Amino acid sequence: MEKFKKALNSQKVAPYVFVLPFILSLIIFWAYPLISGIVMSFQDISFGGRTFVGTAHYAKLAKDKFFWTAVTNSVEYMVLTLVLLIPIPMMLAVLMESRLTKAKGVWKVIMYIPALTSVVISGMLFRMMFSEAAGSQMNQMLAFFGQSPIAWLKAKGTAWVALLLLCMWRWTGVNMLYFLSGLKSIDTSIYESADIDGANARQKFWYLTLPLIKPTTIYVVTISVYAGLSMFLESFMLWNGNSSPKNIGLTIVGYLYKRGIEKNDLGYACAVGMVLMIIALIINVIQLIATGTFKREEK
Amino acid sequence: MAKDVNSSRTMASNHKAATVLANGCFLILCCLIAFPLLAGLLASFRPGRELVQNGLAINFDFSTMTLDNYLYLFGQKGENSRVDSAKYFMWYKNSLILTILTVVLTLLVCYFIAYGLTMYKFRLQGFLFFLVIATMCVPFEILMLPLYQEVTALHIINTRAGVILPGLCGASTIFFFRQYMQSLPKELLDAARIDGCTEYGISVKIMMPITKPAFASMAILCAMGSWNNMLWPMLVFRDTSKFTLQIGLNTLLTPYGNNYDLLIAGSMFGIIPILVIYLFFQKYLIDGMTAGAVKG
Repeated sequence: MEKFKKALNSQKVAPYVFVLPFILSLIIFWAYPLISGIVMSFQDISFGGRTFVGTAHYAKLAKDKFFWTAVTNSVEYMVLTLVLLIPIPMMLAVLMESRLTKAKGVWKVIMYIPALTSVVISGMLFRMMFSEAAGSQMNQMLAFFGQSPIAWLKAKGTAWVALLLLCMWRWTGVNMLYFLSGLKSIDTSIYESADIDGANARQKFWYLTLPLIKPTTIYVVTISVYAGLSMFLESFMLWNGNSSPKNIGLTIVGYLYKRGIEKNDLGYACAVGMVLMIIALIINVIQLIATGTFKREEK
Repeated sequence: MAKDVNSSRTMASNHKAATVLANGCFLILCCLIAFPLLAGLLASFRPGRELVQNGLAINFDFSTMTLDNYLYLFGQKGENSRVDSAKYFMWYKNSLILTILTVVLTLLVCYFIAYGLTMYKFRLQGFLFFLVIATMCVPFEILMLPLYQEVTALHIINTRAGVILPGLCGASTIFFFRQYMQSLPKELLDAARIDGCTEYGISVKIMMPITKPAFASMAILCAMGSWNNMLWPMLVFRDTSKFTLQIGLNTLLTPYGNNYDLLIAGSMFGIIPILVIYLFFQKYLIDGMTAGAVKG
């Protein structure tokens, strides 16, 4: 016993004791479901049991037009959120960091508040603001410009305005804070020497700020890619359930949920999940190569 | 000489204009951001059916405002309200318990894992850290269905353990603790060892007090995530009596709109705990959130 205690306390054994929960959790709650997900995507699962069906689910997916709607929607959503939620927060962070802006603390606190609300609450607020009733906020705004009220959430164009505004509302402040922390890590003496060399504000942004906050940008892009591709609850709440008119709000995860939970077709749903993972991995590898992350590590 | 004074004057006025412009920009932005919440707050003092009929809009007509929704929420108005109120506060309590449990357990477990990964040199160290990052690269939604089956097979479906355990070793929390601990001096450990402290004693008595700021940052992020978490708890909990607030609020969203009195007041009241924590600890939150972003 004494010996065992001593061994347990040695610096060789202790680290393994500390990381043991991680290893267990990794095996039980990550590796096992991941592998079982891959296996299940080749199986037909019903109450009777499992039968191996090979790549039948994938073949069916390729012809499934709902699935392609879901993929198109998810990819479109991801691209649009990248376009909206990278440059704008970056500009805002630069503006916030400049000497011109006063009361920085107040702005920062307010801009983060939307991120505190749950999707249920924010989804409800936006659904009601974009309601088709004449008295809703957005229809009142249309009335102000002399337009008649429209059913915002029933056509893709206007519905996606609501969806993207909801996304921007929740994440602009968060992404701005990420960029702010990136800006804080830049040594200010660089800007002083640029001033001496007579660089103007635009040049300083393009040639100093942008390259220096690259790690932050890569981080924000990566999390945005994942969040965009796996978006589900926003659309679930905006349309009050998993069915939107003409599937304008159907996403990959929404389809996975519909198949797996609502229709209890687990094998097919797992195949949907695998496609999502492959898309996410491909996009991330492309992005990491494009931004030269691998190259930097080789040095 | 006179020209110099002039140009410095125009520069000063330019500077002033730019200041007004920059602050004006943030003022407008913050108003836009506050807008939906303000509209929701104002709407919570009006009958819920108005929300269904007219949609949500800023309306400063104070004459028609009542506290009815909140009286209903607290069970002070009518027989029916007492039942609904009891249900709402049961969900509220469930959410509070789940959040507190999640925060305490996640933080402790992740702290010790990060401690092991950072404070020692051992063979699998690099590989294990790579695995921490790897778990971040698989979206949870992909694991959701197999995990649901697994949790059912383990008989922890419909329990708090089923919600908490799969997310206990959060990669981002481990990552943050590691980032924080890397900046701390390891000489402290040797000094404590010489004094006869055990490895586990050091991790609790010496390092834990020093990592307090990291605990604060992660506590807020973890609390926010847990309070607002919806997808996974929605799959795990089956009984209405076990629902969290978010799932419960979602069940009030019916197409008939007969529950909107409770829904709108309940939603606004449901933001309060997280808002209070945020306003008190927002300094730590920003440190915690941005830890991953700087070093990439």
